[in-house]
Amino acid sequence: MAKITYIEHDGTEHALDVKPGLTVMEGAVKNNVPGIDADCGGACACATCHVYVDAAWLDRTGDKSAMEESMLDFAENVEPNSRLSCQIKVTDALDGLVVRLPESQH
Amino acid sequence: MSAEANQNACVVIVGAGHAGGSAAAFLRQYGHEGRIVLIGDEPLLPYQRPPLSKAWLKGEADADSLALKPADWYGENNVFLRLSGVAERINRAAKTVTLASGEAIAYDFLILATGARARQLPIPGGDLAGVLALRTAADAELLKHALGPGKRLAVIGGGYVGLEAAASARALGAEVVVVERESRVLARVACETLSTFFQDYHRARGVTFELNAGVEAFEGADDHIRGVRLSDGRLLPCDVALVGVGAIPNDELAKDAGLATANGVVVDLEARTDDPAIFAIGDVAHRPLPLYERQFRLESVPNALEQAKQAASAILGRAGPAPEVPWFWSDQYDLKLQIAGLPFEADRTVVRGDAASAKFAVFHLKGDLLQAVEAVNAPPEFMAGKQLIAKRTPVNVEKLADTSVSMKEVAA
Repeated sequence: MAKITYIEHDGTEHALDVKPGLTVMEGAVKNNVPGIDADCGGACACATCHVYVDAAWLDRTGDKSAMEESMLDFAENVEPNSRLSCQIKVTDALDGLVVRLPESQH
Repeated sequence: MSAEANQNACVVIVGAGHAGGSAAAFLRQYGHEGRIVLIGDEPLLPYQRPPLSKAWLKGEADADSLALKPADWYGENNVFLRLSGVAERINRAAKTVTLASGEAIAYDFLILATGARARQLPIPGGDLAGVLALRTAADAELLKHALGPGKRLAVIGGGYVGLEAAASARALGAEVVVVERESRVLARVACETLSTFFQDYHRARGVTFELNAGVEAFEGADDHIRGVRLSDGRLLPCDVALVGVGAIPNDELAKDAGLATANGVVVDLEARTDDPAIFAIGDVAHRPLPLYERQFRLESVPNALEQAKQAASAILGRAGPAPEVPWFWSDQYDLKLQIAGLPFEADRTVVRGDAASAKFAVFHLKGDLLQAVEAVNAPPEFMAGKQLIAKRTPVNVEKLADTSVSMKEVAA
């Protein structure tokens, strides 16, 4: 299990144990963390699972695909540490990961 | 009932698909504290259907990953499940739903999320083993077992479900023929440029097509399908047939209760029917599309989610979600098709990019307003297009067609 902390826009923290193999998005949705909508269920088709990856973890969450990059390009309030959480696979190396959620996904 | 009282209202949801399951989740997320009963006629917890023809069929996703919520979520959130439960009748005066078992469940608010069912072909042989639809996990299980290297799949109907299944079946090593009544696949749901592109792409990957082809019968031996008889007399031998010729809304429960129906249950922008205590959401709802000033029935996950939010918000007296541009997606091979909007009254199309490169978009305009975009491996065109459709401001068509101008600039 990897401990992942999701911080809602209002500061509410959810520290969850997420099974390796799931995505960071699935870890949130299956535990009912509000603020990650993931309308398309992880198909990289909707950009409603946008998160900000804590700076300390950026090198461990991997690179964005061209598809993810161009979807994010049109999301709201995008920052350099923005990611689509359906594209981050959870591994043991991500134990301790912290992600922050934007104000809105739509 | 005041919004405060509604917090404790008993909400009964009929239909435990994506719409019904999400409605329960949004009610809890928005602070609803009353009883929620979720009735589903399948034996399964709410799950996502889109992967059934894609990742799941190819063996790239398991049942757990399809589930909307883990099993313990329902208990923890006091959502009472009535799985394998068939709602037979609504008594609007008594505010109860009666199940086939005879049990009557009382509601303060009722949400109908009964979905749609696969249309069947009224031809002989439809009851042979191996004549399948693809709507439920049980359907998908049957299809998956029937596919494999060397197996022959006949897909009846060149719509999205059929084409997605065709692509997945090819990945599993099966031979595939697609039989389509019209002169092109996706005839009802996409433009000709897209149809041609998808046909070519499938053909290049070994799928054969029978276009302008009627189906007379499914023929079999030992109660199992052996072939599809076409109207011109030819027999297409196959081991399994998938019928994907559209869906019919499950609106009988509503109709029998005297609610207004018209190819689905008629609702307003709060997803409310003409009975203020009853809502209808998802594939079964005939809903307003304010952007296009009409009522329409949509079959999509984003629609199910939007309406689940509308109903949950209305019950709890909170502001509804911002109106969404309808959108759809389809994955076939390495293609990602994303569609935003609907091409109502469109009078011209603009193609951006080149279909030969498998990266292009077709824009549908009504005058200089963008109505819809179909984007193949082109997320910027989809995302910017979706924003342009919502804005209802004139689009510069020359820039739109010019790939040297970024979609950011076109949408600015």
